[in-house]
Amino acid sequence: MADTFKLTHENLDSLFAALRKDGRRILAPVDGDGRTELNEVEKPSQVAKGYIQTIMSAKDVVFPKVERLLSYTTAPGTVELHDAEPKALPTVLFGVRPCEAKAFGALDAVFNWDYRDKFFNARLEKMAVIGVSCLKADDACFCTSLGGGPADTAGSDILLTPIESGYLAEVLTVKGKAIQALAPNLFTPGNGVDKAAIAAKLEQAFDQPALTAKLPGMFENELWEDQALRCIGCGACAYVCPTCVCFDIQEEADPKQGQRLRCWDSCGFSMFTLHASGHNPRETQSARWRQRIYHKFSTYPERYQMLGCVGCGKCTRACPVDMNLREHLVEAANV
Amino acid sequence: MEALKQKAKELLQNGDVKAVLGYAVGTAGVRRPHFARNPKQVDALVLDEKCTQNLATYLTKHEVKHLGKVAVVALPATQRALLQLVAERQLRDDAICLLAVDGGEVKTLSSGAEVEQHLALKTDAMPAADKAMIEKLMAMTREQRWAYWQQELSRCVKCYACRNSCPMCYCEHCTMDCNRPQWVPVASHALGNLEYHMVRAMHLAGRCVECGECGRACPVGIPVHLLTFFAEESTAKQFGQRAGHTAKLDYALSTFKPDDKETFIR
Repeated sequence: MADTFKLTHENLDSLFAALRKDGRRILAPVDGDGRTELNEVEKPSQVAKGYIQTIMSAKDVVFPKVERLLSYTTAPGTVELHDAEPKALPTVLFGVRPCEAKAFGALDAVFNWDYRDKFFNARLEKMAVIGVSCLKADDACFCTSLGGGPADTAGSDILLTPIESGYLAEVLTVKGKAIQALAPNLFTPGNGVDKAAIAAKLEQAFDQPALTAKLPGMFENELWEDQALRCIGCGACAYVCPTCVCFDIQEEADPKQGQRLRCWDSCGFSMFTLHASGHNPRETQSARWRQRIYHKFSTYPERYQMLGCVGCGKCTRACPVDMNLREHLVEAANV
Repeated sequence: MEALKQKAKELLQNGDVKAVLGYAVGTAGVRRPHFARNPKQVDALVLDEKCTQNLATYLTKHEVKHLGKVAVVALPATQRALLQLVAERQLRDDAICLLAVDGGEVKTLSSGAEVEQHLALKTDAMPAADKAMIEKLMAMTREQRWAYWQQELSRCVKCYACRNSCPMCYCEHCTMDCNRPQWVPVASHALGNLEYHMVRAMHLAGRCVECGECGRACPVGIPVHLLTFFAEESTAKQFGQRAGHTAKLDYALSTFKPDDKETFIR
């Protein structure tokens, strides 16, 4: 059970100052050029108002789009290897939505599955999440269909829910308590607000456990081809997704030196599964689209006992051809 | 609208086409591409000023070619792209069925020549905002321009939405995906992003139909279409020809003419 407090706007100002004094950078949604994206801020007044979601997810804080894994130099007869060390900065992620906060669990499941990834873990350890509950949802949102919710605490170290004159603050984890301890007097006793009454209302769109149960029997269904026909096979959905974790290892080298990089990749790309032989087991866009659905809603539950999707709807908002994931899942659930 | 739906149903019922590609209402009222493969699916078709997508992009995709002949609801930009595809020998006349809607009347265009004739009546200049932005960029010093693009391209994540949404980016093996040899770094770092966007602009010089689809497709709002617009305008100025205006066009940057005005090439 979380400890619940009240945090006034004024005290949030002071909390930001305390966090910065503690040597942490604060990343928060910021409005600019008609977009809302995560950026470093100093004060709460710089944080965007009224946003539903940022376009890009916060995953690049722990899983950057390009990360150097090692580098090397060569001279006649020798190779000298240099391990790369992750540049993990103490970071507070402020104002991400509960869906995105939860998404770090799905990344963690992969990066700590059969191998503990030092880069991911170094960054995750130094990151704390102060989530902010949603007061509104849009047509792309479907967290409530996946067991989440607009005021869900999973993944947040502290969850703030906007109330009059400030926030209801739930201090949820050891990391959250450490933040509270920086300035304990800023957190005043909670007042028993019913946060469910304040948070956005979002109806459940489909029965996810039933969908997951029937997916294995739907592999050859013509639905996937129908849905994928307008997909243009770019990687926008995967790259804005807070849980998409696929990467490519690239070697950039010249005769004297080189480096090995980990770069984001997407199962939507036609080359993603192209074998050296020339054979491609996912030759058509519909096979690739089906893979995207199955990986998130069938493989993930089977392998990690959780979903590979949090229903944030970023993919839907970013898609150049409006592939609406919620709508497609509802269709699949109704087959 | 009714005339368009009527025509679409007719085409499908007569077996003239296997699908009609147009627009339908999507998330929160946006317009999305819509494939109507039976008369019932025709009912979802809409056509209004919110429809912007260049649908010619789909005509060279395997999955769409596989359907058989497809009728396409064609805005002027879609028509220009189709003409350019014909000029580049990517589409044959017998694969063309464009539905051009003018003031409630639906015209069926069934060959490159017919599209060319129809388009000749239109002037579809570059949007004023884009023109102004290009002028603003050209008025900058090189250093300022360099700083502008470095800043813009730093947001690129190489999702290739710009490439994949472009009707003229139909290559089966894009230079970006080529790894033997690897011409351009795959990584989305400063060099990888810059090289990608420069290559894309150069590959579209003299081929860009100025639909602006790449810029609209970019999830992070980089105005990448300004690069291809600029490259197109430069070739138009240098070679006196534009993409998407005729079905018979020799590509300016790969055609040798004995009477070339430049002496170095002779």
